Amino acid sequence: MADVDIEVRINGTSFRRTVPPRLTLADFLRVDCGLTGTHLGCEHGVCGACTVMLDGEAVRACLVFAVQADGSEITTIEGIAEPDGTLSPVQAAFRDHHGLQCGFCTPGFVVTASAFLRDNPSPTDDEIREALSGNICRCTGYQGIIAAVKAAAGTVAADD
Amino acid sequence: MKPAAFDYHAPATAEEAVALISELGDEAKFIAGGQSLMPMLNLRLAVFEHLVDLRRVQTLRGIEVRGDSVWIGAGTTHSTVGRSEQIRTAVPLLSRATPLIGHFQIRNRGTIGGSIAHADGAGEYPAVALTLDAEIETLSPGGTRTIPASQFFTGMWSTDLAEDELITGITFPVAPARSGYAIEEFTRRSGDFAVAGALVALTLAEDSTIERCAITTFGLGPTATRATVVEQALTGGAVAEQDPEMVARDVLAGVESISEDLHGPVEYRKRVGTAMVARAWQRAVEEATHG
Repeated sequence: MADVDIEVRINGTSFRRTVPPRLTLADFLRVDCGLTGTHLGCEHGVCGACTVMLDGEAVRACLVFAVQADGSEITTIEGIAEPDGTLSPVQAAFRDHHGLQCGFCTPGFVVTASAFLRDNPSPTDDEIREALSGNICRCTGYQGIIAAVKAAAGTVAADD
Repeated sequence: MKPAAFDYHAPATAEEAVALISELGDEAKFIAGGQSLMPMLNLRLAVFEHLVDLRRVQTLRGIEVRGDSVWIGAGTTHSTVGRSEQIRTAVPLLSRATPLIGHFQIRNRGTIGGSIAHADGAGEYPAVALTLDAEIETLSPGGTRTIPASQFFTGMWSTDLAEDELITGITFPVAPARSGYAIEEFTRRSGDFAVAGALVALTLAEDSTIERCAITTFGLGPTATRATVVEQALTGGAVAEQDPEMVARDVLAGVESISEDLHGPVEYRKRVGTAMVARAWQRAVEEATHG
């Protein structure tokens, strides 16, 4: 089972690695690149915790092999804030609106919401719920998460 | 879990891909978007020694209106299909089915050819293909072939495709005038597999009689199913005289092998299926009648 050389740009930095084909992008990011902000919940595409942007599109990193990402541009949760640590509008809104409890699902929600709001800056409530439907929070913190995304979109003042 | 080890191949052309899969035999599998295959690999429900990735095969992507039909490359993602204005106009049923597939992160990777080849009984695209009498174009070392959707889906996760045959594109007819299309499905959560779903495609003659009608249920059994007996009985009749509830009950009476699952017993799923057919029928009639 031959290993494969790949090169990807993650959050603006180039990474060259030799990987076994069966390595998922999620494990590649965490283990080979040390970017442990991407979390793995279910490892079969249901929970959304491992969501990253692959060439700008939100995808589940457990449902992509690292070899398939060769030549791609990836943004992980570590690349969402400004280089000086200033939180992105989505991150700031999650903090302000208590959009997290234990924080395990948060990287997936933040990356999902960032990609969603980029493509749909003024979503309706239904569109927000639909966009977040592929991410699971087991602390049952959805109200805070939805409020945070609403606030980040600047559409409706969150009712808190 | 982690998938078992395999060798990875990423050929640049469709010809190379089928030559490779033919040479590697049944221990090899094509991977496109991987949104159905990868969960199975991760859970080790499926194990292959070789994966032949189609990501570099450019000819598998694209949307082309060709006269009275629309060709969609097998490697076109659901997101691309969902965003296409051409498809919204020419094949509205496909546009309406797309947002119901998984979640948007899944739709960014999943491909129409992958969905058709995977042939899940609850899959939206197989059901659309069946409803619209789409044609599936394939390539194998033996040459090309065009398979009508009605002959393509042979069971749960099983199709008419040979081991070394690759779907290259799917052709859908352009919607004629005085037509109506609807898809309805019921899920516990948005993006889940449907407890039951239904599609209706309807074309009316100038006197508002039914010229063509297709009614499909999906999510209830191993494959999506056309209600051919009911369709034949309805064709030629006046559309306004049909009671949606009656149509739906007749359709469900003909659906075999509904199985009990964690969503509920057979009777419940049948009731949900009946409601979905009735709703889809009403909406399709509305659109065909009033545009």
